[in-house]
Amino acid sequence: MKIAVCIKRVPDSETRVKIAADGKTLDEAGVKFIVNPYDEFALEEALRRKEQAGSGEVVVVSLGPAAAQETIRAALAIGADSGVLLQADRVPADGLEVARALAAELKDGGFDLILFGKVAIDDSNHQVGPMVAELLGLPCVTAITHLELGAGQGTAEREVEGGIEVVEFPFPAVLTTDKGLNEPRLPSLKGIMAAKKKPLAVKPITLPAGSIEVLAMLPPPDRKAGKIVGEGGAAVPELVRLLREEAKVL
Amino acid sequence: MTSVLAVLEQRDGALRGVSHEVVTAARRLADALGGTVEALLLAPRPDVKGVDALGRFGADKVTVLHHATVFARYAPEACARAVTTRATGGKHAAVLLAASATGRDLAPRVAAQLGVPLASDAIDLSADGDALVVTRPVYAGKALLKIKMTARPAVVSLRPSVFTPVERPKAGTLETPSLASGDSGRVVVREVKAAPAGSLDVGEAPIVVSGGRGLKEPANFKVLEDLARAFGGRAAVGASRAVVDAGWRPHADQVGQTGKTVSPTLYIAVGISGAIQHLAGMRTAKVIVAINRDKDAPIFKVADYGIVGDLFEVVPKLTEEIKKLDG
Ligand SMILES: Cc1cc2nc3c(=O)[nH]c(=O)nc-3n(C[C@H](O)[C@H](O)[C@H](O)COP(=O)(O)OP(=O)(O)OC[C@H]3O[C@@H](n4cnc5c(N)ncnc54)[C@H](O)[C@@H]3O)c2cc1C
Ligand SMILES: Nc1ncnc2c1ncn2[C@@H]1O[C@H](COP(=O)(O)O)[C@@H](O)[C@H]1O
Repeated sequence: MKIAVCIKRVPDSETRVKIAADGKTLDEAGVKFIVNPYDEFALEEALRRKEQAGSGEVVVVSLGPAAAQETIRAALAIGADSGVLLQADRVPADGLEVARALAAELKDGGFDLILFGKVAIDDSNHQVGPMVAELLGLPCVTAITHLELGAGQGTAEREVEGGIEVVEFPFPAVLTTDKGLNEPRLPSLKGIMAAKKKPLAVKPITLPAGSIEVLAMLPPPDRKAGKIVGEGGAAVPELVRLLREEAKVL
Repeated sequence: MTSVLAVLEQRDGALRGVSHEVVTAARRLADALGGTVEALLLAPRPDVKGVDALGRFGADKVTVLHHATVFARYAPEACARAVTTRATGGKHAAVLLAASATGRDLAPRVAAQLGVPLASDAIDLSADGDALVVTRPVYAGKALLKIKMTARPAVVSLRPSVFTPVERPKAGTLETPSLASGDSGRVVVREVKAAPAGSLDVGEAPIVVSGGRGLKEPANFKVLEDLARAFGGRAAVGASRAVVDAGWRPHADQVGQTGKTVSPTLYIAVGISGAIQHLAGMRTAKVIVAINRDKDAPIFKVADYGIVGDLFEVVPKLTEEIKKLDG
């Protein structure tokens, strides 16, 4: 079983967003970067599949700045076998350009499965996985929370409004992962040591900007200051009155 | 003439509510571009409940493309092909879909097939000459990105509950062709395990009552279920990640960065501290109420109304008061 996992370097979910002087990007000063949390589910699933099969290879691929080598090393420490960095100074806002570059890298890799997170928590694009699948002509199931693999055929579950879809697909395939699929493991000390010796190929690329132009990054609309209605059960009638008469939501 | 293609959704033979939002947004955009609205619905049967009323929301032309087996359940490959086929030819300035579970899956497939970009989760869109200007949340809603899309068509998915349906009557035409090919594609939805009848999805409910670690143990969620029930079928029970990870509540109910993003009319956070990742999922609610015994809990910073107190005292009282309203 040969599995590729695409991982993205993203700001930690605790990050307080500060907009840079250009008014269009995140001010990265002091920001801590992590592996996109959804990609951790993808990596964990790949490692479990390899372990179950008793043999195989897990390759992580990331597109990003030189610093994304750290992101790849983190995945190698958790258990991936090798990594590829498609090094680009800027990641374009147009996810299709990212998908094209990743697809070109993955095309001739002979992968049985190509795994993605369902979304990157920075750009929230929700698109690169299924776009790569289309570009490679592979079947794709998105946002999976359960996976069973048989001979040449898999079954996945995905949450939809008010239910769960049970989806069958043939391999090779592209899957994108949602929370609930598994519980990602943490790196071990031994893993961290071993990661230093694992192969990491750096391939510089230049990406077209694509056809999305960023005009501005803006702070979200402020919520107007709220009020404490009161303390304990005694405050409930007043709360209900405010919800009816002031907020008009009841 | 230029046109905006609104891709709609149905379930069990009835149009889904989010479709009105998509048509409303399409109408607004078409007016700005001086064009028409074409709505496309993929369905197992030609007679979908609610389709006749689409003209009221501004659709000039509604096409129900139907096939009894291919479109019986969501067929990602067949649906993507059908939408792409329809959107090819340069007539459409934009293809709009809901950022629902289905729309999120479908939109990137369509965009990749058309070779054009996709903007996900738009909360605002307008025209700038021939280009589209879209505003969408990034960093889990901690910032908004305003972008310009120059490709034609631009594919845009719309965040649910943002584009309030507006009735703008048009004398819409309806056509109901059947899909020629019976090929569903390689990816097949075998079954849909439905949530218990009558239960609303947290992502779609107009009222969400969410509980966190303050509930102490899973059985105590009953006090929230009672409150939700008092709202008479309009409320769903949500949860913080802490209680989902503890196995008290299913992942489908989680609100926040790694759960659902909700924009209900009323969000009631009970025994939830208000971590930044939780706020990411609910800060766009119209009205937020927080019930927490810690007056310094960060949730009070985003709440419109707060009660400081023990939830086990406050929530049953609230349930009683709500029941009185409807009684
Ligand atoms: C990558 C990442 C993603 C995450 N994604 C999410 C997400 O999607 N959603 C999410 O919710 N979290 C998410 N988190 C977790 C988040 O950081 C918090 O840990 C979590 O939201 C805390 O849940 P809580 O508010 O239920 O628990 P706590 O923070 O423990 O808060 C419990 C609250 O209950 C109050 N309380 C206790 N007893 C009572 C009582 N009797 N009456 C009234 N109030 C009482 C306390 O004062 C306290 O404020 C994520 C974290 C990370 C790192
Ligand atoms: N720059 C990148 N490098 C590697 N993988 C990426 C990159 N951007 C996105 N992905 C993958 O695509 C998924 C969805 O990202 P997005 O479409 O940007 O929300 C992520 O969870 C990653 O698995």
